[in-house]
Amino acid sequence: MATDIKVEKLDDFRWLIPKTGKMRTEGLVYADEAMVTEITKDASLEQVANVACLPGIVGRSMAMPDIHWGYGFPIGGVAAFGMEDGIISPGGVGYDINCGVRLLRSDLDAADIKGDIRALVNALFANIPSGVGSRRKDLKLSAKQLDDVLLKGARWVVSRGYGTSEDLRHMEGEGCISGGNPEYVSERAHKRGKDQMGTLGSGNHFVEVGCVAEIYDEAAATALSLYKGQVTVLVHTGSRGLGHQVCDDYIKLLLSASGKYKIDLPDKQLCCAPITSKESRQYLAAMACAANFAFCNRQMITHWVRETFQQVLKIGPKDLSLDLVYDVCHNMAKIETHEVDGREQKLCVHRKGATRAFPPHSKLIPEDYQEIGQPVLIPGDMGRYSYVLVGTETAMKETFGSTCHGAGRRLSRHQAKKVAKGRAIIRELEDRGICVRTAGKGTLMEEIPEAYKDVTDVVNVVHNAGIGKKVARLKPMGVIKG
Amino acid sequence: MPGKYEYIEHTADLGFRAYGTTCQELFVNAAEALFEALVSVETIREKVQRTVAVTAAAPDELMVSWLSELLYLFDTEGLLLRGFEIKSMKNNRLEATVRGEIMDPARHEIKTGIKAVTYHQLYVRQGNGIWESQVILDL
Repeated sequence: MATDIKVEKLDDFRWLIPKTGKMRTEGLVYADEAMVTEITKDASLEQVANVACLPGIVGRSMAMPDIHWGYGFPIGGVAAFGMEDGIISPGGVGYDINCGVRLLRSDLDAADIKGDIRALVNALFANIPSGVGSRRKDLKLSAKQLDDVLLKGARWVVSRGYGTSEDLRHMEGEGCISGGNPEYVSERAHKRGKDQMGTLGSGNHFVEVGCVAEIYDEAAATALSLYKGQVTVLVHTGSRGLGHQVCDDYIKLLLSASGKYKIDLPDKQLCCAPITSKESRQYLAAMACAANFAFCNRQMITHWVRETFQQVLKIGPKDLSLDLVYDVCHNMAKIETHEVDGREQKLCVHRKGATRAFPPHSKLIPEDYQEIGQPVLIPGDMGRYSYVLVGTETAMKETFGSTCHGAGRRLSRHQAKKVAKGRAIIRELEDRGICVRTAGKGTLMEEIPEAYKDVTDVVNVVHNAGIGKKVARLKPMGVIKG
Repeated sequence: MPGKYEYIEHTADLGFRAYGTTCQELFVNAAEALFEALVSVETIREKVQRTVAVTAAAPDELMVSWLSELLYLFDTEGLLLRGFEIKSMKNNRLEATVRGEIMDPARHEIKTGIKAVTYHQLYVRQGNGIWESQVILDL
């Protein structure tokens, strides 16, 4: 479905959607010329325009270069709302609340573990539950423990010995969103989350063993302790069924609230309520809980990644030093302070398929990254590469400190399956030096490299537009997928 | 009627349009479309039975509530369903008996994981004696 929305070119990487109809502000899309042609083929620009119609929006309704058609908000959407007159929208956060990525660095050289990759991937696949319905039998949370998870986030896992305080310091928000209240998380959400702690899930979620292939910014790479040839691990997953249920429950609640507060909705999925309302406060408390579940989930998986490396490579925990570089969130609404028209203002920033990218000297980033800015982790498809970037001042000024989150799909899942039909995908990836284990054949076909845009194009747009700065490129060696 | 249901293209996710000569039949066919997206429905045996009751504010929202309820049964109990019998449906309240079995990885190959049933571009409508609904799933 092609769009009727017109875009005006501002420069090589910025495209304006002029204010028309019920839009309260303009739209701004970060993309290059070729991407814009692709983007206009579906309804994602309409979604940028729809978000611009919501009450209390501050600044522009924005889209990152990995924009694609979502539901309600586009994937890759960023929008900020005033605390007094603005809204919060569960659909603007998404079902997988705090879906995110973390990067671990090691002291190992890729050349040294080349012969162990298959064994590592097999052991990771055995130790980390992957795919629909998969769980570890030795991890079951009691109701009390689950509530602790929802309140404390990654701190809970670390307090049980699965990680360090250094890990916590290197997570967005130190692995915990405050203001959570498990009472606002339904019985059903609790039930869905109970057995899903430490599970990867399906779809595009993965654990990837790789190595640093290229350094673009020596100073930043040094601050992040990254060097060429070094073994790294990326973990991508979120809040699982618990987050999905929280989103589901609150969309239902806010659908009725939208009527109550007389908010005109261009799409039911955009349902929302004033931030000051009771419904929004409850959602924020529940969303914080789901976000905390996700931080815990990635931390638990990190623990098993470390255990697996120790088992397979037969090295002790002291020699492994699989340290956490950083952990970023993708699907979140956060209360943050930003400068708007020369004045500091508290805002609710929705990032749906977008990453926070705070600049150097931000109080909200770890001390050891003060000079370089917040690390931003951008996974690509499983066959090519991923990127490490850092946040910038330009991002802070233009996008409420936000940048892209991934490659973005190019083919629908159905199209990808057609393209993959009859091909030996695992063999093809092996020929490229990548060992893959996956729970579902269907997922593998949907996730073929060609299904995604080339993440290099996406990263180059944010780098050239100045809303992110390239530091390093990572190359996959082994992947487990759900 | 074009058939029981058909899948539609959506870049990141998956959608379907379901049809029925009655509203009940529409809801049954939509439920089958949901499970066919998950696994091959013909591999599901009707071994266990559950009763389901959902309510909503409007017919399209009832569709989301109904499918979400079935997805919840799969997510929490691993229940794959194929036999759907609508017992009553009035004033946006639906009661049904559903039959299926617990997923057995040896016999059921998951085609794709489904996170949620969305309200995006959702509709339930009737025209020329045919009931039709469009649903987008979040994968």
